This record gives sequence, C-alpha cells and structure tokens, in this order.
Amino acid sequence: MTAATRAETGASTGAPERRRGDGRTYAAYHRPWWFRTFISAEFLIIALLVVVWIIATTSVDNFSGPLTVRYLLMDIAPLMMIALPMTLVIITGQIDLSVASTMGLSTVVVGILHVQVGLSIPVAGLLAILVGVLCGVFNGFLVAYVKLPSLAVTIGTLALYRGIAVGLLGTTALTDFDQEWSDLATSSIGESRIPAIMIPVVILIVIFAVLLHFTPFGRGLYDIGHNDQAARFSGVNVARSQMTTFILTGAVSAAAGIFYTLRFGNSRGDNATGLELEVIAAVLLGGVLIFGGRGAIHGVLAGALLIGVLSSALRLEGVTVNVINIIIGLLLVISVLAPTLVAGVQRLTSRRGGSGPGPERSSPASAPPEPSDPATQQEPTQHDSAPNQSTHQESARADSASKPTVTP
Amino acid sequence: MSAETLTPVARRQGATMRAARSLFASRETAIVLVILVIIAVATTMNQSFLFSAQGWRDLLLTPSILMVVAIGSAVVIITRNVDLSVGSTLAITAYMSGRLFIDLPGIPIFVVVLLGILVGAGLGLINGALVAFGKVPALVVTLGTMYIYRGAVLTWAGSDRINASDMPREFLGLGTMQIASIPLLTIVAVMVLIIAGYWLSSTRSGREMYAIGSDPEAAKLYGLPTTKRVIFAFILGGALAGLAGVMYAARYGTVSASAGLGWEFQAIGAAVIGGVAIFGGSGSVWGAAFGAILLMTINRVLPIVGIPDFWQRAVVGALIIGAIVLDRYLSVRRHRKLQEARDKA
Repeated sequence: MTAATRAETGASTGAPERRRGDGRTYAAYHRPWWFRTFISAEFLIIALLVVVWIIATTSVDNFSGPLTVRYLLMDIAPLMMIALPMTLVIITGQIDLSVASTMGLSTVVVGILHVQVGLSIPVAGLLAILVGVLCGVFNGFLVAYVKLPSLAVTIGTLALYRGIAVGLLGTTALTDFDQEWSDLATSSIGESRIPAIMIPVVILIVIFAVLLHFTPFGRGLYDIGHNDQAARFSGVNVARSQMTTFILTGAVSAAAGIFYTLRFGNSRGDNATGLELEVIAAVLLGGVLIFGGRGAIHGVLAGALLIGVLSSALRLEGVTVNVINIIIGLLLVISVLAPTLVAGVQRLTSRRGGSGPGPERSSPASAPPEPSDPATQQEPTQHDSAPNQSTHQESARADSASKPTVTP
Repeated sequence: MSAETLTPVARRQGATMRAARSLFASRETAIVLVILVIIAVATTMNQSFLFSAQGWRDLLLTPSILMVVAIGSAVVIITRNVDLSVGSTLAITAYMSGRLFIDLPGIPIFVVVLLGILVGAGLGLINGALVAFGKVPALVVTLGTMYIYRGAVLTWAGSDRINASDMPREFLGLGTMQIASIPLLTIVAVMVLIIAGYWLSSTRSGREMYAIGSDPEAAKLYGLPTTKRVIFAFILGGALAGLAGVMYAARYGTVSASAGLGWEFQAIGAAVIGGVAIFGGSGSVWGAAFGAILLMTINRVLPIVGIPDFWQRAVVGALIIGAIVLDRYLSVRRHRKLQEARDKA
C-alpha cells in the first residue's frame, strides 16, 4: 500500500513539463535561469571545448584551417555517430562495450559481401546494418528480457562479435573496394572542405536529439535510469525501451563500420579495436551520469569534439598518441570524479547538509536528517493545516512531506 | 549452491551426502569436468597433447599467468567492483623487469620480483583509492587508468622491445624451470591460488569481501570497514597483475609495450565463466582459476580439433555468455525453491 502510494506520488511529481527530460534535480528549477544554463555539466564541457579550441588555434599553426578541420571531422565521425546511441544506453543505466566489435564485424561483412561475393556497396551495406541490428537484438534480448547485467553481457559479446569478425577473415585484409564508393566516403560537400560524412552524422544527431529530448520514449529512458521500478509503474515499457536502445547502438555501430571500411579502403577483422573505450569516454566526458538518469546530446557532442580537438592539436604539436591516450584517460577520471568533488566542496561551504547534487539526493535516505533543519521542520504542520498550499512548494519537498500523512 | 543445503530435503541427508552433493553441484566441479573432457578429446586426436614432455609442460604452463591475474580480478569482482587496468599493469611490470635487468646489471632476481609486485600494488592502490573515495563506478575509473597505464608504458617503451638476450639466463630459467616435471610458474600460481582461496573462504577479512559485494550499504551499516577492504581488493588485484607481469617476462623472454593487451577481458571472462557473479558477493578464486585454465586450454585445443584458432575469441565470448545465462537460470531456480520452502513452512 505504502509502496504503491509512493510510486504514485513519484510518478506524479515526475511530471514531464517539470522535468523537461534532461534529468535535472528539482531544486535546479528554483535557481535563476542563467544559473541553470551556465552552471551545468554540459555548459562546462562546451566552455572547456571552446577554450581548448582557442588555445589550439593560437598555438598550433593553421589549426582552424579547412584541411585540419576536415581531417578532424573525418576522424571523429564514427566516434560521434556511436556516441549518440551510447548516450541513450548509458542514460538508462546500462552500458554497451560491444560497439567496436560490432563495427569490426560490419567492416568484415561489407568486405566479404562486396569483394568476395560481388554485391554492390549499398546492398552489402544494408546487410551489414542488418547484422548490426542482430548484434543489438542479441545484446538487448539478454539485458532487457533475460535480465542479465549489461556489463557482463557486452563483455561477452565484445569477445564474441570480434571473434566472429576475426574468425571469418583471419589475418587477410580485403582492399579491393569500388573506387566510386571510396571516393564518396572521403568526398566533400560541394566546393567546401567539409567532408560529406557530416551530412548523415548531422541527420543522426538531429534524430537522436529529438528522440531523447522531445519524445515520450526519450523521457522514459531518463525515468528508467532514475528508477526502473518506478518507470514501470508510471507506464514506461522498460524492457522494450532498453531493447530499442541496444538495437540503435548495433545499427549505428554497423553504419560507422561501413564508413570506416570505405574511408580506409580495407576490411580487416581487427578494425576499430578499442574504439568502445573512446566512445564511453566521450559520453561520460559530455556530462552523462554513469549511473543513468542524466545527460544531454549537446554535452556528448562537445565531449566527442573535445577528444577530437585535443588529440588532433596534440598530434600536430608532435605529441605521441600514447601521451594523448594518457591525457584522455586523465580527462575521463577527472570528469567522473567531478560530481563527487563538487558535492564535497558544496558540503564544506554550505551550512545545510546533504544539499549536494548527485543520485543520493533524491533517495529517501537523505530525508531523515532534514527535520533537524528548522525550515523544513515547519513544513509538515503547514501541510496539515492547509494542504492546498503544498502545490506551491518545491516538488521534492512535497514528496518528503507526503510521508507524514501516510504514517499516522 | 550453499543455499541449496538449506532446503528441508538437504537437511535430512547425512553430512557426507551433503558434502558430495555440494561438490557435484558446484560450478568449480563442472568446470573441472569440462576441462577434463576437452583434454581427453584433444588427447585422442593427438597423443602428444598430453603424453609428451612438451605437451604436459604447455598444459600446465600456459594457463598459469592468466590464472594469477584472474585470481586478483575475482577478488575485485567479489567486492562488486571491476578492474579493467590489469592488462596495462601487467605490461608495465613486464617491461619494467626487463628494463631493470638492462639498466641495473646484476640486480638480484628476487628484488625484481618484489618490485614488480610492489609497483602493481601501487597502481592498484591508485585505482582503489579513486573508487573508494571518489564514490564512482570502478568500471569508469579503471577504464581511465587503463588508458593512463597503457599510455605510460607505451611512452616509456616506445617501439622498444626487450629480448631474451637482455635478461639474465637464471631469470629466464625460472620461466622454464620444472620441479618434478611441474613448471615453477605453475607452482607459483597454485600457491597464490591456495593462499587467496584460504584467505577468502576462511578468514574474517576474506568473508567480509563477500558481505561487501552482496550488499555494500548493509555492510557499511553493519560496521565493516568497506573503504579499507575495497582498496585492499584493488591492491591485491594490482599486485597479482604485477607478479603476472614478471612471470610474463620470465616465460616469454620478449616483452613489448603491447604485452597483456586485452587480458583484462580474458581475466574477467575467466572469473565469470568460473562462477564469480559480475555484481559481486558470490564465487570463488578456485572457479576463476579453473576458468582461466579452461580458456587457455581451449585456445590450444581448437587447432587440434581442426578449428582455425582465429575462432578462439568467438568461443571465449560464447562461453562467457553461456556462463552468465547459466548463472541466471540457476539463481532463478534457487529463488523459486527457497520461496516454495518458505511457503510450505
């Protein structure tokens, strides 16, 4: 009974128009608009990106020149593409480690179908995407319906998909691709130096941004990430949503694999090994919470661009790839530690305990200490005398205030 | 499996029957049986797989290094964490041991071994401290340190490669030495296994690892030193990866900066296949060790059975998925049995 009512209140306080689907805490909406906009993980990473870009432009010769930007965009196109569905997966609190293996499998499928079987690139590509969808279905089925932990499942499929890719081709590399299509993959838009691959990438970005931020499906993903049990009670089809995110990841990874194959004109079983780590780094760098329930597409794009800009600038400065990897690793560690650090600083500076951001904030465990605070202690009595006023109160408080009415 | 002894049926059986039941029902026994079947099949197809000095030696020697890494990974996973940086740690200590012999000629071998373990422990300490004090998932932290450690060894080594001629003969001798036809490295791995197995199953601090892994919040409320224990698990995982790095240098003689690439997944795979639940709280280092033996043995058996060894990774992946599906099936069944027992009572 109590559990049901709590779930009900949880569902009603999580009203879509208050949440806007970006998973911010309720308290954030009682801060001024400029605070909300500029003091967010996404904005901080965008600001960092701008700063890094300016430093790179001033210190590296011709960094913002058309040729550098062209290679920068081509290099991070697969990373950006896969980061989009990966954002969805991580927002639901899951993870997909098998994306790079799916990519490798896709390049092998395209290679075999095009070079050895003789199909045209569009047909081979479509079949490769189908294989990617199947990979996603397998992951999604095991996670959403068999209820296995996604970490374990995708470590297994990481080895499995890569193993199939390597098994099919061995150490041979297929390089005999249709020149026409290889040229298309590396071509530019019209007279500009912007690579043509940016057209599908931008379309994908728009699709995923709309999907995540402006549809019930997207809002459901945040709900699942917050609390999948509560999401189920509020009418989200948890299993189907999770399945969909894994299928999207598989399909987009396969599409990225096709671009990779055509751009470098080769099909090898160990193509794109280790890319899953860069994708996850970009997503987490972009402010997506690894526990799920928080994150936005624009932050992830900034995260991916930041990795691209950093590695491109450092490479042009003569820094080796190894040092760049160290820097990406450090960035990743710092970015995941940031919420804890911020919470620690806030706890030290603020007089009221437990007001830091993070997943603990919304949990009922933080409610008991609150009555010691004189401001919140008044609330239940106010609530009893004039229940109608509670609608004006902060919804998070209303949640905790509704408890005394249940217990007596 | 221990939960099954709680059912009324099991309670009525004698102690010996119960011991026999739990032995045959355990994941470890199942894995050992699978390993024996695989060895038997391979031996019938190629007599020298088992009945030759070389075959016997390889059978014991090949899994020993992964075994050591997998034991450390199992302890970390039992505390509901994961360490993705063990492969990079192994590379650092493997390259470091070669470097020490070149830069400090005449350095005693036990000092190199000790330094390898210490450096590994230090790298594990960094992971553990970040996880325990940063309150962030170990997956992300060790993903970051995996990059950092691998980048460090690649920067240090560059394209340089340590060759067998750079290392003293006695050190390389350790890699091939045999005592009563059992390779020394295998003996080291088994000793590590026995100590870790005893510690986890029979000491207070070892049992607390399970408590922390099965419910971190409850363990904290109960008053267990969770922070200290989690950090210790990472230190142990790092130290064992460090030891494995030294063993790697002794065994293979040549070390490049890409040593141990992908071993973190192999080690986690070995633990998962051996029955260590990825969300902590159950499993044993015995299972992880047998999982490692299974993986490495399959690796060698595939070509004998006529499957190109390119397919090895696919087999490993399928095994991991099979293992976790099996775990899920068993836990659902156990849950249902316990529920029935409760409803009857």
